[in-house]
Parts: sequence; C-alpha cells; structure tokens
Amino acid sequence: MSHWNPRFEEMPAPELDRLQYRLLKTLAYRLYAFSPFYHARMRESGVHPDDIRSLEDVQKLPFMFKGDLRDNYPDRLFTVPHEELVRYHVSSGTTGKPTVVGYTEKDIELWTESLARALTSIGLTRGDVIQVSYGYGLFTGGLGLHYGAERIGATVLPTSVGNTERQIELMQDLGATAICCTPSYLLHIGEVAERMGIHLGRDTSLRAGILGAEPWTEEMRRHVQDWLGIRAYDIYGTSELSGPMFTECADQRGVHIWRDLALVEVIDPETGESLAPGERGELVLTMLQKEALPICRYRIGDVSSVKDGECSCGRAHPRIERITGRVDDMLIIRGINVFPSQIEHVLLGLSEVGEHFQIEVDRKGALDDMLVRVEVRKEAFSDKIADLMAIQRRVADRLKSVLNVAVRVELVEPGSLPRFEGKAKRVIDKRVL
Amino acid sequence: MTPDEFIIRQISVFSENRPGRLAAIAHALEEERVNIFAFSIAEASGFGVVRALVDKPEKAHARLTEDGFNVAFTDVIAVRMRDEPGGLYEVASMLGDTGINIEYSYAYSGPAGAVLILRVDRPAEAIERILSAGKELLSAAAFR
Ligand SMILES: [Zn+2]
Repeated sequence: MSHWNPRFEEMPAPELDRLQYRLLKTLAYRLYAFSPFYHARMRESGVHPDDIRSLEDVQKLPFMFKGDLRDNYPDRLFTVPHEELVRYHVSSGTTGKPTVVGYTEKDIELWTESLARALTSIGLTRGDVIQVSYGYGLFTGGLGLHYGAERIGATVLPTSVGNTERQIELMQDLGATAICCTPSYLLHIGEVAERMGIHLGRDTSLRAGILGAEPWTEEMRRHVQDWLGIRAYDIYGTSELSGPMFTECADQRGVHIWRDLALVEVIDPETGESLAPGERGELVLTMLQKEALPICRYRIGDVSSVKDGECSCGRAHPRIERITGRVDDMLIIRGINVFPSQIEHVLLGLSEVGEHFQIEVDRKGALDDMLVRVEVRKEAFSDKIADLMAIQRRVADRLKSVLNVAVRVELVEPGSLPRFEGKAKRVIDKRVL
Repeated sequence: MTPDEFIIRQISVFSENRPGRLAAIAHALEEERVNIFAFSIAEASGFGVVRALVDKPEKAHARLTEDGFNVAFTDVIAVRMRDEPGGLYEVASMLGDTGINIEYSYAYSGPAGAVLILRVDRPAEAIERILSAGKELLSAAAFR
C-alpha cells in the first residue's frame, strides 16, 4: 500500500488550497472566540477573523512564540475544559519553565493519523516490526510513533532508550524491520552491534531508520546508509505541534507536511516577511485542527526552507528541508545571514579537520570580521607548514562558497575547543553594535 | 653502517601561537626526563609546528599525545657542518643537483659542533649522496 489516506494524500493542489483556506478561517474564528490570549493578540495587531479572505491572508495573523507557552505555564493557552484532555506531554526547556502540551482525543487521533500516513509513505505496513527507541513518557517521541505504528498494523517493539545490547538482541530475535530513534543513538547501536559481531544491514532484518529529535546532516545520512546498509529517513515535529509527526517519503528529499493538518511558512526572522520556496529562514507552523493547545503562526525557531517543485511521489503536500539550525544562532555578517549549522555541515565534509568549531565575530573598521577556529585532525597533521596552510585555505574556500561571505580560518590543537553537552555555545560576538 | 641508521626520528608537534604552549611542551618533556638535543619552531598565522630531536622520541610522543597535543614522527637527517661560511649552501646545492627537495632545515650547535637538520623528500637517496660526497652524517644512535 502506498497511501494510508488516499483522499487527502492524493488531493490535487487547488483542492488542498480550498480545504486549507476553510480550515484556516475556522481556526481564526475559533481562536478569536475561545483563546483569550490569541484574541488579545489579534486585537493588538488589528486583525479580525473576517479579514481572512484568502490563504495568503494567513500573513495578517499575529505570531506565537515559544516564550508565550512558557509565560502561560502550565495550561493558560488551552482552549478546552480539562475533562476533555486525555493526555499531557511535557518538554523540559533548556532555560526556564517547561512547556506543557495537553491533548484531546482528536489531537491524539490526528497525530496518529499523520504518522500513519508518514510511515506508510516510507513503505512500512502490516507485517513490519517497528522498534521504537525514542524515550517513552513525558517526551513525545516514543508514544507518538508507538500509536502511529500500531495504526498501520505494524508490530511495535517498544524498547524505549537504553540497554543497547538488549535492544540489538531483540531487534535480531524479533526481526525488527525499522527503528525510530535519534541519529546519534542509531550510530551508537551500530557500534555496539559491531562489537557484538553483528552487522545491522547483514545480520538483522532492519531496513529503515526513522531519525530525528536532534540535528543531523546529509553526510550523516550517507554514512548511516553506507555503513549500516539501511535507509535513513528524517522525521520532524516538536511537542508544541503534538510531537514528531511528519517524515520524508520513500523519495527521501524533504519532510512532507500534510496540508490538511498544518500550514507551513518560512519567514525572514528579522523582518517577519514570508520567504519564497527554496529560501532559507525561520519555520512558522499553524496547526489547523489542533484543539487543546492551538498553535497559530508559531515561530518554532528552527531554520529550514520549503522545497521548490513537486515530489516524485506525487503528493501535493509541501516538503521542508532538513532543519539546518536554530534561528537564535543566526549571525548577520556583512548583511548576510549565517547559521553556525552551515559551518558544521562544511566541516563534516572535510576529512582534515574535526567537526568542532568556534566562531568569533568582531568589527574591523566598518566591516564585520568572522573567524572560524577548527581543530586539525591527527591524521591530517603534517609538520610542513605549507601543508597546514593548504588545509587552512581549503577550509576557508569551502566556507566562503557555502556562506557567501569571506571567513578567516584558524587551525587549533585537537581537543582544544570547548565541547558541549546539550546546547552548544560556539559563537563569540565581540561586535559592539 | 646502513643508510637506515642515519634516519633520525624527529617529533613534530602542532601548536597554537599562544603563550604557554611552548612552555607546556618543554615542561612535559622535562617531567618525562626527555632530553632535547635540537629544537625549532616554524610559524604561520595563528599556528606553528614545534620540531625537536630528543633522546626518547617514543616517550615524548606518548606523553605529548596524552596531554592532548597533535604529535607526529618525522624522519630527518643530520649533517655535521664545518664551521665555515657556505656550508649550508654546499649541502643544499648538492642535493638540488640530484633533484632531492629539502622541505625544511634548521641548524643547532651541540658539543660536537654545528649540525644541520634536514627534512628531504627522498631521505635514503639523500643519505647516499651526502656520504659519497664525503660529508659526515650523524647516526640515530648519536641522539640516544
Ligand atoms: Zn514525496
């Protein structure tokens, strides 16, 4: 089976436009009527639900921010009575209060529906054994995929996280065909399996990895696929949206966002203006049918772009590119938006230097000056200065071609750059603006 | 003596140009009771390479690696120089004539007089050439 819900997945674009417009309009009225918070915000920006007369009018609606959820802890943004809630999930914030998400029965239903479509689009179906190695509990990863996998009739192996050797044993003995986990955990599983004399691609039935909940790159995908011999798919969704709920299809070129469930925009984080497909900026999502915790023009803070053109699978639902970083980390260097994640991406593609880096920005005269410090790898160390300078030049050239801005590169000793657990702080901005 | 005996293991250490790095290297070697015979620093913008001939290269390598330095062994040769002008030129042009490339060189003065350390692209040939020209090479044993 290639489509879980052909009615929506095969719906042509003009029909999706009409459907989405209707859902958006309904949402605007519902928020105006039932969300004191969003009502006030609409009043402040002088917009009334009657002003929404086309799909493009979504741009008239005010934004919601992560801080709004924290400021209204725990449940002041909910628009349904408590007895309507069937579940809570809580995401721990790196700073301040956590975010609490409540779910009605329909919220859980649509989250499950979204994943049922997504898993089916990858090629998973009844008879597959899906190992869910995301954490179960307050975190949304485990339970979300659990429900989605059960919905399509697959067999769920709810291993959650930890006890890797046991995970590998069960994977082998019970014939898991897909695993859902973070990309770094899959790499860890691969290493542990290798030590146990097991190659995931050859010695197990595994053929797909559904990877997300942390940043990863195209290089990592290639590495996972070549090394483990399985196909790796990106999954996206934060707890505010419900949880991880959108994935790539079998084509593996961007995560499909179901238009009947969500409206995706990409904006310039500085001006708030909408960007065209292909242009990279801040992801803004509107959940069209979410009940307990409505999400309207929510600025997630993730950097992405909407892919241009149609997907080979034929679905007229837009695809977003893999998240390439956080908006908070964006730097403006001589007027050009630079994301540290782009630098990481370049470094991962260069064998002479490590993936750790540090950025120092300063102002030389009227111009911004950007310095990137990278560690020379042991294998690349030559005691000839000319060789080292060639490495320095190669890194600078690659960075310039990707960032569109000239960068100075400094080679530093291996292990000398700070390592981070959790959120990395890689930028030192010395500019006095 | 076979040509191999004239190949000397130099340790090369990648170092950032910031205060204290050199001292850290020297201090680590001192703690390991490693004697330094010859020493040179090559610098570029922001970084440098410290090159040293020591009596216990393995020990030095192990300790510096443990301390987090990027360390490599490099094969070099050591020519004893007569203390007279033109000595360096003589060696360089001799090697150049046979197409052997000197990648870098540095000199030091030890108890046995002036010595020129060379890294060349074809050490075995260079050794043969230098010896047959009647020049004196120091053997690796001289640095233990
Ligand atoms: Zn597709």
